[in-house]
Amino acid sequence: MLKFLAKRISATVVVIALISISVFMIFAILPMDPARLTCGKGCSTVTVEANRHRLGLDVPVQVQYGRFVKGLYAGRTYGEGAAEFSCPAPAFGYSFTRHECVTQLIEEAFPVTFSLAIGSFVLWMLLGVSFGIIAAKHKGKWQDKAATGFVVAGISLPVFITALLTLIAVIKLRLVNPIEMGRWVSPFSDPFGWLKTFIFPWIVLALFSSAAYTRFTRSNVIETSSEDYIRTARAKGLSEKVILRKHTLRAALAPLLTLAGLDFAVLLGGAIFTESIFNLPGLGRLSLKAVQIDYDLPVILATTMLAATFVVVMNLIVDILYAYIDPRVRVG
Amino acid sequence: MKPFLEVKNLSVSFPTEDGLVKASNDISFSVSRGETLAVVGESGSGKSVTSLAVMGLHNRKSAIITGQAILNLNSGPVDTISAPEEVVRKLRGKSMAMIFQDPMSALHPYYTIGDQLSEAWRLYNEGSKAAGIKRATEMLDLVGIPAAAKRVREYPHQFSGGMRQRVMIAMALINNPSLLIADEPTTALDVTVQSQILQLLRDMQKEFNMAVILITHDLGVVAEVADRACVMYAGKIVEQSNIEEIYYKPDHPYTIGLLNSIPRLDQIEGRRLQAIPGQPPSLISLPAGCAFQPRCTYSHLVPGNLCRTQVPDLNEKFAGHFSRCHLTEAQLIEARKSVGGQL
Repeated sequence: MLKFLAKRISATVVVIALISISVFMIFAILPMDPARLTCGKGCSTVTVEANRHRLGLDVPVQVQYGRFVKGLYAGRTYGEGAAEFSCPAPAFGYSFTRHECVTQLIEEAFPVTFSLAIGSFVLWMLLGVSFGIIAAKHKGKWQDKAATGFVVAGISLPVFITALLTLIAVIKLRLVNPIEMGRWVSPFSDPFGWLKTFIFPWIVLALFSSAAYTRFTRSNVIETSSEDYIRTARAKGLSEKVILRKHTLRAALAPLLTLAGLDFAVLLGGAIFTESIFNLPGLGRLSLKAVQIDYDLPVILATTMLAATFVVVMNLIVDILYAYIDPRVRVG
Repeated sequence: MKPFLEVKNLSVSFPTEDGLVKASNDISFSVSRGETLAVVGESGSGKSVTSLAVMGLHNRKSAIITGQAILNLNSGPVDTISAPEEVVRKLRGKSMAMIFQDPMSALHPYYTIGDQLSEAWRLYNEGSKAAGIKRATEMLDLVGIPAAAKRVREYPHQFSGGMRQRVMIAMALINNPSLLIADEPTTALDVTVQSQILQLLRDMQKEFNMAVILITHDLGVVAEVADRACVMYAGKIVEQSNIEEIYYKPDHPYTIGLLNSIPRLDQIEGRRLQAIPGQPPSLISLPAGCAFQPRCTYSHLVPGNLCRTQVPDLNEKFAGHFSRCHLTEAQLIEARKSVGGQL
């Protein structure tokens, strides 16, 4: 087990390093001059060059990458003398359009995205898995047909439509003050306010994702029910309830882990549509704004790397969980 | 004493879009404790369907089951076909147990052997998990699994096919059932392992004084273990007798055909194995007469169209020897000669 862990973790570290290098290179190759973007059109060449030096963009790209990596663990200082400012570790860079350390921006945005992700994840897993089980148990009956209808609707309606419809409904029905909605409230200081901010975005995201989980759970439960070892369990004299709970679900839901882990990781990288429509100041909106309005390369760089890292790390976690759940993986 | 299991006029059919599949039709047999009944027939002859019906393992909504399967328990007789599902469930694993063809897939891959055995034991016995594991270890030891105390903590994928079938047998017997149904228990195993498993089944039968139903398509398997045999074809019993007479005095052309198709050590080299020509009939539209007639080598001996038009009855031609055929005894003596050597 220890060997397995060491192997998987070192592989993950390598993958993250490779991702960071490729993302960094992509931004270095882009025909955009970040130094020129630091000031307006009427900027003199002298100012641009001064900013280039200040931001450390006047050295070769590999040196820039070296400084970036060093900044991650040692923090980073830009400029000299009176113009000097520093970002503490882990420094992901400096946003020259917002004049803030990127880490600071991410620290502000991440709790929002995390709240959105965790709530909708819990909701969609509960909905998706229970609908799937009910549909499988009543295969061919009205419950199954209702679940199928839900799946079709959930999958075919894109988030931006359901989100907009929900938003309109929320405002028309005066469920939540729309001005309050885009406000970040900590669940620790104001749990009810937090719930009010996130409940509708959760529902929107959960409706969309749980459709896929309903379908997946349904087909897995039906497939597992016809396995020989389920017949063995029945021949032992176990009741249908115990068979479903202990034997069928254990085997049917294990493959769901891969899907769930990845979906959750992607969500942690920012839900661009949902965050934009509900005006939530999370990672998705941060990246969207950086791409769309500011050309804020350091922010885009950081959010891209972060999103990729979430996926890779979650993959590692899923692998470890699998080894715990499925004994066949442990040995191989 | 009454036989432990009495199956009377048991029929199982499944409604499908193409029509009613008559998987087993008017089956009657009985098995006593200490006795082994072999049920022989090719795939689709209704062997498994019949035994699953006895165990109450068919979905009552998708299968139409008529007839009776009476277990003569100490507490009185119970018909597993008509008794409430909950009653039948509580007989499974306790009074009747079943092992299956493919031991590779019959055990749950995510639980240890000990967990699976102790689950079966604790269903009918008051006891802690530790007591269940202890009981499981004893059973593994009994069925000849070396280092049982260590292996009880292992998972199915760490066992070989033969060992898994031993585990299945241990699990089936853990509550000391009176009836064991073994559905092709050796089909998926290597030939060398096959005989070990059969030997084990025989030992266990003595140990627990069980009634055993051994389902197989291999007449070679049956010879050593069974006391009596039922030969099934297209959902019906075509011949039923004690095991010696099945081999030495087969009374149905299908049984003769089966015997002709087994390789034998006591025969001259170079004899070709004879296959039974043709295919088994569709269970949706059975022939009007004898179901075996289209494949039968001897039906022309029967005068008129009898084989084509009239289903033969299961007649007791000798004491305890039943067969479903229009051929006369003299004609059968002729037919038996095709089975090489002195039978």
